[in-house]
Amino acid sequence: MAEPVLVARQYGHIAGMWVRASLAYPASFWMMSAGGFLITGLDFVGIWLMFHTIDTLGGFTLPQVALLYGATGLGIGVADLLIGSVERIGTMVRTGSLDVMLTRPVPVLVQVCADGFQLRRVSRILQALVVFGWAAWWVDWTPARSLVAGQMVVSSSVIFFCLFVLFSCVQFWLGDSSEFANAFTYGGNTLTQYPLTVFPKELVVSLTFVLPVAFVNWYPCLFLLGLPDPFGLPDWLQLCSPVAAAFLLGLTWLAWRSGLRHYTSTGS
Amino acid sequence: MPAPGLYGAVATRSFRRFATYRAATAAGVFTNSVFGVVYSFAYLALWEERPHAGGYDAVDAVTFVWLGQALLMTVALWGGGSTDDLTDRVRTGAIALDLYRPASLLGWFLAADLGRAAYHFLVRGLLPMAVGALLFEIRPPAGAAAAVGFAVSVVLAVVVSFGLRFLVAGSAFWLLDANGPRVLAGAVAIFFSGMMLPLVIFPEPLRSISLVLPWASIVQTPIDVWLGQRTGSALVAALALQTLWIGVLLGAGQLMVRAATRRVVVQGG
Repeated sequence: MAEPVLVARQYGHIAGMWVRASLAYPASFWMMSAGGFLITGLDFVGIWLMFHTIDTLGGFTLPQVALLYGATGLGIGVADLLIGSVERIGTMVRTGSLDVMLTRPVPVLVQVCADGFQLRRVSRILQALVVFGWAAWWVDWTPARSLVAGQMVVSSSVIFFCLFVLFSCVQFWLGDSSEFANAFTYGGNTLTQYPLTVFPKELVVSLTFVLPVAFVNWYPCLFLLGLPDPFGLPDWLQLCSPVAAAFLLGLTWLAWRSGLRHYTSTGS
Repeated sequence: MPAPGLYGAVATRSFRRFATYRAATAAGVFTNSVFGVVYSFAYLALWEERPHAGGYDAVDAVTFVWLGQALLMTVALWGGGSTDDLTDRVRTGAIALDLYRPASLLGWFLAADLGRAAYHFLVRGLLPMAVGALLFEIRPPAGAAAAVGFAVSVVLAVVVSFGLRFLVAGSAFWLLDANGPRVLAGAVAIFFSGMMLPLVIFPEPLRSISLVLPWASIVQTPIDVWLGQRTGSALVAALALQTLWIGVLLGAGQLMVRAATRRVVVQGG
C-alpha cells in the first residue's frame, strides 16, 4: 500500500507550501483564524439566544441541540480544512489553471483539494469541538455510544467531503457556479444544526434515503441520547452512518471521473 | 468636480458586470432559497413555542427570513461588494490608477457598489422572495407608506453597509492584506444586523443596544419598515438613524482616504 502514503505526502507538500504562504501575512492570518472561530461561534450564540425565549426547539433541549450542532460542525470543519478548496474548481476551469494540474504527475483531485490549503480553518474545528465537549457532558456514555460517536465524526467528515466534491463536479458542466455546492455543503450544515423534528417528514425521509445528509449527526445523535426515532423510522438507521458515507463515496468517485473526462480546456 | 454623469456611468457598468454571470446567479438564487427554507422551518418551530416572540407573529418571522435572504447579497454582508475590489487593488498596486482619476475614490467605489446592489436586489432579492412566497405564507408590505419606506430604507442600508465595508477594506492601506479584518467585520455584521436572528428577540439589554448600532440599519431596519413595525414618527426616526450612520461612516471613510493617500505616495505605488 505505497500509494496512499505517496498521495498523503504529495498532499502534505502542497498544503505545506500554502501554510507558509498564508503565514507571510501573519496579522491577517491570525485575524482570519479568529474570524472563523467568531463566525461559527456567533452562529451558536444565535441558537443559544433562541433558547432565551423558548425551552425546547422541536422537542429538543439546548444541550441536545448543542450536541447536534457540535457533531455537524466537526464533520464540515474537517472536510472543509482538508478539501475545501475543491469548490473553486469552476475558477480553475475558467482561468485554465486546471490544465497545468493535468500535466503534473500528481492525482488531479489531490492537487485541486490541496490548492489554497487554509490552516486557519482549524479554528472552526476547535469551535465545534468546544460546543460538542460541552454538550457531551449531558450524554450518558457507554462503550457502544463512544464507538458510535467516533464513527459519527469520521462518517460525517466523509459525507461532507463527498458533498463538497460531488457538487463541485457540477462546475465541469456549468462553469463557475460554486454557490450551487454551498446550498448542499453549508446548507446541509445549517440544516443539521437544528433537530430534524422542525422539518416536515417528507424532507427528513429524502435527507435519509435520497441525499443522506441526516446521517451526518441526526441518527447517531439519537443513539447517543437514547431516543427513539421521532418520525417512527426504524432504529437501526441510527447505526447506518458508515453505510451512507460509503454509498456517497462511490457516487462521488463516479461523478469526479466522468466530470474530469468531460472536461475540455478553454484552450486559451 | 467631475461631471455628475460619471458616477451614473460607473454604476451602470457595475450593474452590467454582475449581470454577465448567469450560471453563478442561478446557483446563488438556488442557495438563497435553500437557506430560506431551512431558516423558515426553524423559526416556525420557535414561534410555535412562543407565538409572539419579539412582537412578531409566525408569518412576520417567515417574512423576515426571506427578506433577509433578499438583502444578504444586496447589502453584500458576506463581502462581494465593490469594496473587495478596493482591497485587491491596494494589494496589487492598481490603486495608484484609481487615485489618478479626476473623481473621488469614495464616490467611485460607492457608485460601483450601488450599481451592483441594484442588480443583486432585482435578481438575488426578488427571485428568492418569489420562491419563498410560493412555499410559505409571506406578508406583503404593511401599506403604501411601508412599501415606499422600505424602498428608501434599502438604499440607505446599502450605503451604511458600504460605509462600514469601505473602512474595513481601507485597512489594506496599512495591513496590505485586508482579508482578516474583512472576515472579522463580516462575522460581527451578520450577528448584529439581525441576519442571524431577528434583533427583536435578543434579550435585554442586548436588544436595545444592538438596535441603535449601525449594523441594525443594514437588515433589521428595512425589514421592520416592511412589516409595519415602524410607522409614523418611528418610521421617520428609523430612516433618520440610517442617514446619521451614513454621515458618520462616509465622513470617516473620507478622512481615511486622505490619510491613506499620503501613505501610498510613501510606498511609491
